[in-house]
Amino acid sequence: MNRTSLTLLGLALAACIGAATAAPIAYKTPDEVAAFKPGPNVDVVKNNCSACHSVDYVVTQPPMKDKKGFWQAEVTKMIKVYGAPIDDADVGKIVDYLAATY
Amino acid sequence: MIDRRDLLKGAGLTALAAGLGSTKALALDTVTLPFANGERPLVKYPQKRPMIGLTSRPPQLETPFAVFNDGPITPNNAFFVRYHLSDLPYDLDPDKFTLEVKGKVDKPLKLSLKDIRKMKATEIVAVNQCSGNSRGFSEPRVAGGQLANGAMGCARWRGVPLKTVLEMAGVQAGAKQVTFGGMDGPVSDKTPDFVKALDIDHARDGEVMLAYGMNGEDLPFLNGFPLRLVVPGYYGTYWMKHLNEITVIDSVYDGFWMKSAYRIPDTPNNAIEPGTAPKATIPINRFTIRSFITNVADGAKLKAGSTTLRGIAFDGGKGIKEVSVSTDGGKTWTNAKLGKDLGKYAFREWKLPVKLAAGPVELKVRATGNAGETQPDTPRWNPAGYLRNVVETVRVTAA
Repeated sequence: MNRTSLTLLGLALAACIGAATAAPIAYKTPDEVAAFKPGPNVDVVKNNCSACHSVDYVVTQPPMKDKKGFWQAEVTKMIKVYGAPIDDADVGKIVDYLAATY
Repeated sequence: MIDRRDLLKGAGLTALAAGLGSTKALALDTVTLPFANGERPLVKYPQKRPMIGLTSRPPQLETPFAVFNDGPITPNNAFFVRYHLSDLPYDLDPDKFTLEVKGKVDKPLKLSLKDIRKMKATEIVAVNQCSGNSRGFSEPRVAGGQLANGAMGCARWRGVPLKTVLEMAGVQAGAKQVTFGGMDGPVSDKTPDFVKALDIDHARDGEVMLAYGMNGEDLPFLNGFPLRLVVPGYYGTYWMKHLNEITVIDSVYDGFWMKSAYRIPDTPNNAIEPGTAPKATIPINRFTIRSFITNVADGAKLKAGSTTLRGIAFDGGKGIKEVSVSTDGGKTWTNAKLGKDLGKYAFREWKLPVKLAAGPVELKVRATGNAGETQPDTPRWNPAGYLRNVVETVRVTAA
């Protein structure tokens, strides 16, 4: 390769590097794949829990002895600590689904 | 002649550009972590090799443990990822990035990435470990991210001391703490934003760093590009990613992520009776001392006779004094040979030639730090599953 084409290559590389740093980085994550298992009120769970986080947050939790107590505490934490806007009428449905399913 | 390195550089950039734009979810395989409900997908994210997927929104990725046998530096594309809140700055523009330094300072600053890169750079090799690393082994189990031992890594960080930037701004008398905010945030404005705080003397110790470089490259996006806090010896919760806000305050910060979350029992070993609640708590701080065998997996079948065990050890910053290994379930111990010292905050490699008798063998490893801290034989327990540093046991069969 001669000097001119080397210089051109250098310019092309410089332009490439320049373009790579001058633009927003546009990072794209893979699609979410985890899904809730079917069960009573699964739609209520989906609508309330999926706004802030993916389903794997729920399904990777450990199997606990007191499932109802565990999930009641988790849902309460989401409402009280993280400000999840969950209707009072939905809380019991969500806890029952989670305790029966996970 | 065309320079091979330039070609590689060009190819790398193309690959990077293609990688950043990929949207396809690649279901590669699954792995099963060694605790109940431990099945996880292996997932492929831009700039990352296949990683153990814990959650996808926000992304949380665990390093496959075999990576730790490749050397004391964890590659950027294998480094673990942990976020709290789902609104990530996926479209951030590094040219428009600004770090703000404000609060109780004489001269508030707005620094561009260029400004920061122009300052005198320093480097440190340091382990970053998630507070919740190994939480899945907690017994009784506790709520939270169910991780095995892969939410840790060791990198060479490059950047500027926080001390330098605070001096430029001029910290005022009466300053008590410095708070750190990143560009990632909550989806709902009712969710407390992720903000962490360090005491002013810690922030000014000259070691805490604003890092833009990691192992000779820019930080990967998911590890905090373009700037993150590096707090050597401290759990990852303080290593704020996408760092763009530093505030000097004259009080003790009482936001949720300091006052209520990331707390450990205020007891002599920061543990309590399993299954109980602590009476008083303090913010999590330095790493406990840990060591691992990295070249033999639990359940492996090995040849009886001579073999060499190897692994890593690290602690909260005193440095590793010795690593000892037992091949008889903890009855007798032999000191291993320590590898190169990359600094008191780094992974320290160790290796030891051993002879394995035929039959089931319990291999154990225990590190001792320069201040005498060592690892307990039984796990300490706390409600959040933090600080795990029990002597690790690898059960193998030799034949």
